[in-house]
Amino acid sequence: MIYSLYIINKAGGLIYQKNFSEGLKRLTANEYLVLAGTFHSVHAITSKISPVRNITSSGLEVLEADTFKLYCYQTLTGTKFLIIADLTHPNIDLVLRRTYDVYSDFVMKNPFYTPEMPIRSELFDMNLAKLIKQVGG
Amino acid sequence: MAQPARLSAMSSTTDTRHHSSKRTSIVDRNLNKTKAAEIGLSAFAFLFSEMLQYAQKRVHGIQDLERKLNDFGYRVGTRLLELIVWREKNSKRETRVIGILSFINTTVWKTLFGKQADSLEKSTENDDEYMISDNDPLITKFISVPKELSQLNCNAFLAGIVEAILDGTQFPSRVTAHSNPIDGFPLRATILVKLDREILQREEQLR
Repeated sequence: MIYSLYIINKAGGLIYQKNFSEGLKRLTANEYLVLAGTFHSVHAITSKISPVRNITSSGLEVLEADTFKLYCYQTLTGTKFLIIADLTHPNIDLVLRRTYDVYSDFVMKNPFYTPEMPIRSELFDMNLAKLIKQVGG
Repeated sequence: MAQPARLSAMSSTTDTRHHSSKRTSIVDRNLNKTKAAEIGLSAFAFLFSEMLQYAQKRVHGIQDLERKLNDFGYRVGTRLLELIVWREKNSKRETRVIGILSFINTTVWKTLFGKQADSLEKSTENDDEYMISDNDPLITKFISVPKELSQLNCNAFLAGIVEAILDGTQFPSRVTAHSNPIDGFPLRATILVKLDREILQREEQLR
């Protein structure tokens, strides 16, 4: 089960947030922004503290808690896709990559979208919902 | 990201594959060689996106923007018509309205998108109006128009192509694009062709 998706731009700003499960407690808009900003900073720190020398770390990829798992996929351009899911989902890596596909198609190829700004795109919402349904949201 | 769907070559000049580093210039290449060639849909989508952003900075209002997109399409259409006619070696000159419209419905659509348009209808209200519909228009596949521009239909570009072809074959008309969603095809677009009065008179004479 996939709980929610966050997209964070390369400056640490939250540009998209969506919950996919019923009955999740909503935070205020500000709290979501703070959450995204905090994660961005933590991610930056984790990518600096790799114990292996001369190898750049990709930073935090999975965060596991008692009730959920948080997965992060950072693209080459610095955009971060975060998925919060339950502990049993088999293949979140694939979901993250497919989400990136949908993002590149319906956000980046949309002439009305300004890069790094919040995403408001009907087709993105539609195709994302379709994807989540497919992979068992 | 790789896209399985492809956009057919609009003209030989858009094809950049199939040649070695010792390439001949595009004007020296045989026009027929690229007949079945296709270009990446992503490449086209990004180009069209930039065209739209360019146009948007230079217009006042939605109608002005649609007119500009129409102009862009017109320039493509005039070239496209010449290319298609040249490639269809034994094609005949269309003199009747139905002939030219089904030429657009089939041949032109196939050249552009690799498939036929989904329907060609005559308006029930007006004698001089015809509609060509595409259930899933490739040009606007990735485009979400924001609410404040909801009047805009980016297929105005396609309408421009059709208008140029009609003009070039002596069927001067006004061509516009409209969104026309039906069940199962929310993105369906209709190209509305409004023929000049003189064409209707000519049709009468040819009958």
